[in-house]
Amino acid sequence: MAYENPDGIRIGLEIHVQLNKLKTKMFCGCSTDYHNAAPNTHTCPICLGLPGTLPVLNKKAVEAAIKVGLALEGEIAEETQFHRKNYFYPDLPKGFQVTQFDFPIVGKGKVVIEGEDGEHVVGITRAHMEEDPGKLVHIGSIEKSKGVLIDYNRSGMSLIETVTEPDMRSPKEARRFLDKFRNILEYLDVFDGNLEGAMRVDANVSVYWGTRVEIKNISSHKGVERALLYEIMRQKNVIRRGGKILLETRHFDEGRGVTISMRTKEEAEDYRYFREPDLMPMRVTSWIPAIKETLPELPDAKRARFMEQYGITDMHAKSLTSKIMLADFYEGVCATGMDPKTAATWTADVFLGELNYRDLAISSYDGMTIGFIHAKDPEIENSFKVPDMIELVTLFAEGKVSDRTAVEVIRAILDGTEEKTPSQIIEEKGLFKAEDDLVTRAVAETIAENAAAVQDYLGGAEKSLNFLVGQVMKKTKGTADAKTARELIVKELKG
Amino acid sequence: MAKWMSVAQVKEKIEESSAEEVTARYLEVIGKSKINGYLTVSDKALEQAKKIDKEGHSGPLAGVPIAIKDNISVVGLPNSCGSKILEGYVPPFNAHVIEKLLAAGAVVLGKTNMDEFAMGSSTETSHFGPTSNPWDLERVPGGSSGGSAAVVAAGEAPFALGSDTGGSVRCPAAFCGVVGLKPTYGAVSRYGVVAYANSLEQVGPLANNVEDIAVLMDVIAGYDRRDSTSINNKTECQKSLVDDVKGLKIGVPKEFFGEGIHPDVEKAVWDAIHKYESLGATWKEVSMPNIKYSLASYYIIAMCEASSNLARFDGTRYGFRENAENWHAMVSKTRADGFGTEVKRRILLGTYALSAGYHDKYYLKALKVRTLVKQDFDKALSAVDLLMAPTMPNPAFKIGEKIEDPLTLYLSDVNTCPINLAGVPSISVPCGFTDGLPIGLQIMGKPFDEPTVLRAAYTFEQNTDHHTKRPPEVA
Repeated sequence: MAYENPDGIRIGLEIHVQLNKLKTKMFCGCSTDYHNAAPNTHTCPICLGLPGTLPVLNKKAVEAAIKVGLALEGEIAEETQFHRKNYFYPDLPKGFQVTQFDFPIVGKGKVVIEGEDGEHVVGITRAHMEEDPGKLVHIGSIEKSKGVLIDYNRSGMSLIETVTEPDMRSPKEARRFLDKFRNILEYLDVFDGNLEGAMRVDANVSVYWGTRVEIKNISSHKGVERALLYEIMRQKNVIRRGGKILLETRHFDEGRGVTISMRTKEEAEDYRYFREPDLMPMRVTSWIPAIKETLPELPDAKRARFMEQYGITDMHAKSLTSKIMLADFYEGVCATGMDPKTAATWTADVFLGELNYRDLAISSYDGMTIGFIHAKDPEIENSFKVPDMIELVTLFAEGKVSDRTAVEVIRAILDGTEEKTPSQIIEEKGLFKAEDDLVTRAVAETIAENAAAVQDYLGGAEKSLNFLVGQVMKKTKGTADAKTARELIVKELKG
Repeated sequence: MAKWMSVAQVKEKIEESSAEEVTARYLEVIGKSKINGYLTVSDKALEQAKKIDKEGHSGPLAGVPIAIKDNISVVGLPNSCGSKILEGYVPPFNAHVIEKLLAAGAVVLGKTNMDEFAMGSSTETSHFGPTSNPWDLERVPGGSSGGSAAVVAAGEAPFALGSDTGGSVRCPAAFCGVVGLKPTYGAVSRYGVVAYANSLEQVGPLANNVEDIAVLMDVIAGYDRRDSTSINNKTECQKSLVDDVKGLKIGVPKEFFGEGIHPDVEKAVWDAIHKYESLGATWKEVSMPNIKYSLASYYIIAMCEASSNLARFDGTRYGFRENAENWHAMVSKTRADGFGTEVKRRILLGTYALSAGYHDKYYLKALKVRTLVKQDFDKALSAVDLLMAPTMPNPAFKIGEKIEDPLTLYLSDVNTCPINLAGVPSISVPCGFTDGLPIGLQIMGKPFDEPTVLRAAYTFEQNTDHHTKRPPEVA
């Protein structure tokens, strides 16, 4: 059934993505590897905008932009050029930002997301290249800060700004779009979303098909969803009270979860765009075929292949392809001849679930080890090896450990500080599956000790069976296989 | 040691004595200067010369001193651009042309005075006061590279580098009686040259004779990957210095001899054209109907680009800073006090012309006119080899005479700025005098045809003696 969008919500996004996987900045040779460096150590006369310096465009940045364009099924411009966006701000060393205006490198494209009513197409209006400004660091809070420090390490980083059509009909769809978009970029290997400031989003939203309001500079996907939820509620209430929605720009206060007016359209800045005279217009059409060759298998294609090749469910395939590194890890596990369905259950359901529970984000995969860092504290990091997964799933498949034990081993590895194989952990904790006679004895004892529950079960209360199984597990300290225990109890009681 | 020496003579002197002695001699002349041509005299010049004497140098300019306009970055020397706002700024990198000069063995004598950010035609807008014309100390040397032209004319440097956005090399060359070349756009890297109007300007040499211009061009021209407008099409200038113009076709665009031209200037230029005729060249009048719109187009484009280029001077990172209660107030005060009147006028006009609602009316229209002017040049130069006209419609004016009247001052660029719109090469060579003031002949060529421009200039010089005259006041 088609989604009716009862509140007439339209959401469009502008997403700034830093091409932080490139080795050098957009117009100079400075290294992009500044994230753990002291302020202003990754700068040169060019990215500091010293008088007399000139920009030289990073060819790899253009190639990355074309890659992104192709992945968004966008039209790549025949001729593209750069403009200057003029405004004063302390983080902007030249007093203008080199960006693109009426000749962006990528034109109309699209992204298919899981919408409110199944597959939903979000149109891409355009995507263009621009340089990142520096970063302001306030001493203390913004309101009370007595001074501002400027770090130009970020200045001149390559950005791609992607603008969507207002095709999203709920904050959830906006969030889904962002997840998908980020996933695509990570597949292209042009972007590491875990780095600070890697993705910044502006969201346009209107209700009842009315006037749009822009919310500036939101730094997380969750933040976008929250900002939109708040803003939609605010707009609906303004209208309910008979007010009018103003065409304005608002700021999202992450801490309070509210949007605050920054400026109305009348106060909008005039950026006095004009063509950057220090850079020549480019024709890149001839590059496209070679770049197309380098395009990796994208999420949707990989998902379809996983279902086809491994015979796994759509849910599992979607989950496994939600991160390129997770998909590669899964294929690493399958490559050993492991049953792909079992591997999918353990990777997509258990392993990924445990990562999400711990707020761990996958950050690397080298063909053997998958690494993760804590989403909020990059100091916390850990890893998991393909052979460990293989060993664990094999032990489980052979019936040597229970599913509960296997989960416990995954947890132990994720929470552990020492490197241990699953067997070592199982050995140390004494978790190898109980001998059958031990389980049989525990079943007999349980039946003898819980006459009431047995009666209830025989009387038709299925719940009581779960209780009895639980008792067996308790007696065997969890080493029994729950399925076996259940079968034994049923056999004992019902013959 | 002679006061005025060609580069060849300087090199001979170095052979005879030493680079140190030659540099010391120039520093001595500079020490007695009456013209305020240098803003900074390098304290490293002698040291540099000594090093060349000691270690030897095989470069084409080994030990030869040179003066540099104060908008071209030299490590360790202030780069004020004639402005207060760059007070205390010393560039940590060399301009491409400086790297080339140093590699060739040249010794930087110092940085020369200029109109603030190259905005002017008289060197009067400099924060550090005007430079005097060596031919009449009460007159301007032209601009904006007035310091570079004046020190060459006064024998305070054998040659110099300037920059030409709308005539800033050729105008002072004409006013000071020296030779000045504006190369084809893209021939010389702009890396390290503080931008006034990026799409128009080029670094250009100033010297007492055409040969030295060619020597300097062969050193500084050529592709530089750090300047994306640099073109890999280097021509060999010295090889083109042949005393022969037989069969050369000269076009004389009548639009360059418009209203207000000084009769002596007109006569001197026609005498020069007839001289070429007597040497075997032919000439014909050509029409370039859009030239009359050049000045308006030039000023709009230059001011628009300038308004953006000069935005970086905000007191935040380097240069002059006024203190204030917050950043925005600091920027306002710094720019209000740090820039001079003419610079502020051009920033404001450029900002206005780029603003929403005016952008298409002014900036876009100016770009369209620019295309028409370029087409005029293409058409004219398809029928002839070179174009000849007066560089400046009048000789040097008095200091203070026009500075209060910016429009009149802008009009003095009428014959030089079309060349920058078109991007073609153009040279100014001395071709006569009026009341003891030099007159310049402007020779314009096809893109990257510096060789033909230089051959014509060289031939003229070989057959006339205007370039051998020296200003009596500084003799």
